[in-house]
Amino acid sequence: MSENNKPRRDFIKLASMTLGGVGAASLVVPFISTMQPGKDALALASTEIDLSPIPEGQSLTVIWRGKPVFIKHRMTDEIQSAKEINLDDLIDIQDDSARVLQDKWLVVLGVCTHLGCVPLGQKTTDNKGDFGGWFCPCHGSHYDTSGRIRKGPAPKNLEVPPYVFLTDNRIKIG
Amino acid sequence: MSSNDPHGYKKTLSSPYSGVKGWIDSRLPLIRMMEAEYLKFPVPKSLNYFWSFGGIAMFCLIGLILSGIFLGMHYKPSAEDAFNSVERIMRDVQFGWLVRYLHMNLASFFFIAVYIHIFRALYFGSYKAPRELVFIFGMLMFLLMMGTAFLGYTLPWGQMSYWGATVITNLFSAIPVVGDAILLTLLGDFTVSDATVNRFYVLHWLLAFAIVGLVVFHVITLHMTGSNNPSGMEPQNWDETLSFHPYMTIKDTKAMVLFFIVVAFVLFFFPNIMGHSDNYIRANSMVTPAHIVPEWYFLPFYAILRAIPDKLGGVLAMFGSIAVLFILPWLDTSKVRSCLYRPIWRICVLLFALDFFILMYMGAKPASDIYVLISRIGTAYWFLFFLVLAPLVGYLETPRQPLTISNFLRDKKALT
Ligand code: HEM
Ligand code: FES
Repeated sequence: MSENNKPRRDFIKLASMTLGGVGAASLVVPFISTMQPGKDALALASTEIDLSPIPEGQSLTVIWRGKPVFIKHRMTDEIQSAKEINLDDLIDIQDDSARVLQDKWLVVLGVCTHLGCVPLGQKTTDNKGDFGGWFCPCHGSHYDTSGRIRKGPAPKNLEVPPYVFLTDNRIKIG
Repeated sequence: MSSNDPHGYKKTLSSPYSGVKGWIDSRLPLIRMMEAEYLKFPVPKSLNYFWSFGGIAMFCLIGLILSGIFLGMHYKPSAEDAFNSVERIMRDVQFGWLVRYLHMNLASFFFIAVYIHIFRALYFGSYKAPRELVFIFGMLMFLLMMGTAFLGYTLPWGQMSYWGATVITNLFSAIPVVGDAILLTLLGDFTVSDATVNRFYVLHWLLAFAIVGLVVFHVITLHMTGSNNPSGMEPQNWDETLSFHPYMTIKDTKAMVLFFIVVAFVLFFFPNIMGHSDNYIRANSMVTPAHIVPEWYFLPFYAILRAIPDKLGGVLAMFGSIAVLFILPWLDTSKVRSCLYRPIWRICVLLFALDFFILMYMGAKPASDIYVLISRIGTAYWFLFFLVLAPLVGYLETPRQPLTISNFLRDKKALT
């Protein structure tokens, strides 16, 4: 083992350590990937709903990707109160028209944007909060008739899932 | 090491014992180690009963692992079967009710023991040099304990399991940019689901055994420095120490018997007193219970979360409230360890303990105005205590100081 070998040994050491390191680190990709939702969970990603049984003023809860979706058949005064508000009063500024495809129908995820509880307000007897939409009992978030956050710790409006009208009385979510 | 013994091999072979014991010990020096660390190990002779709670916590951990193993033989980690398998453990498995109640209640008593243990460290200044790493390994165990208990609580798949898991995992969604990706990775689905309970079961085991690993580090670091004691002074000579066995083994045994009598009383007469009845309702992903509360041992931190009216801010405050404990050894500027000799800091520490209970109470209350206000004051004191009082009081206060452990004991005798 002469001193001349040193640079060569250093090179081999560095090269093998780098290769081993990169190899081990690249295992992270498949490992973390297994933790993501599987193809079966992703495949369940669309649902069709018939709206005709929902009378005006009432709501239906359906399941999409395991989450509740609130479908609200809004009454005229509910539509009005959603439209005629000063946008500056909102926490997460969004016009009602950006949140619906047809004024009568509001479709939002029934998942509080704070920490994920299901807000109350789907049943006619529920506490609908200070703004006549929904109220999350977990930490007290109030949503209006457009599903927008008005008071409480939630940072965002109830999310509008991707959906399309297939016919006047039928929507497809996802 | 001599040149003809390159690995110190001969040194390893020389055991103080003979016979079978010597044969084993010279190859596996465990007997030697146990004798040095647990039988002859010198501890200050002034230790009081606060020093028994480390051992008590250790026995809780052993009990949790044992009961967990037997529960695991019947428990089924799936959204479909989890709830029913726990009900089957309660009704049909012979003595299943006992093993499950043991597991549930030991988890609570583990926290009781550890909270007392941590208070001891704060009050008598055990976190200070040279015991910083003992304290930090302790805090790491506390973090893992909270993780393990949270994961375990999801397993019975009741309403509280489900919504507790939802709310806690959603804390991660507050992280900017990557939050939602982290949430999906944790849950393995778009909500708490079959995939979630399956992995939580695996992680519940993993973290529990990781705690056992950390216990080893905690004890190694402790045995490098030796125990602190109520006087906060280091022993000056052998006269100020006692050997761990029989003095501490007897004392700790007595404390343990008393502690586990209380455990048994709760276990047999009020097994659900620290739980929540909603958790006997099967998880329903469409309905959140009207009043969700975490397990009692998370309540102070939950109150801190709710005290901040901003989502990210609340999450940061909650994690921050534990993070500040990790740096306490460097925040506290006083050279004197024990509160017995620090008149001002002593009041601060006692107020901190009170603050802990106030926040615990607030965490169990609905998030209405007056409770949130009190939670805010409590949260403010929590951070004031660590970030302002700990450095400041160290400078301002004039501590009294006993000269030695022997003096301390003499003073104490004179008082009683
Ligand atoms: C640090 C130690 C541990 C803590 C703090 C802990 C905590 C918990 C908690 C709070 C529950 C929920 C109990 C309930 O309300 O029903 C639970 C459930 C469970 N744990 Fe643990 N655990 C620990 C260690 C272990 C270990 C080591 C195992 C396995 C060897 C285990 C296996 C289980 C099983 C199978 C369940 C589900 C059955 C049930 O819910 O009663 N645990 N654990
Ligand atoms: S989860 Fe709805 S307010 Fe916190």
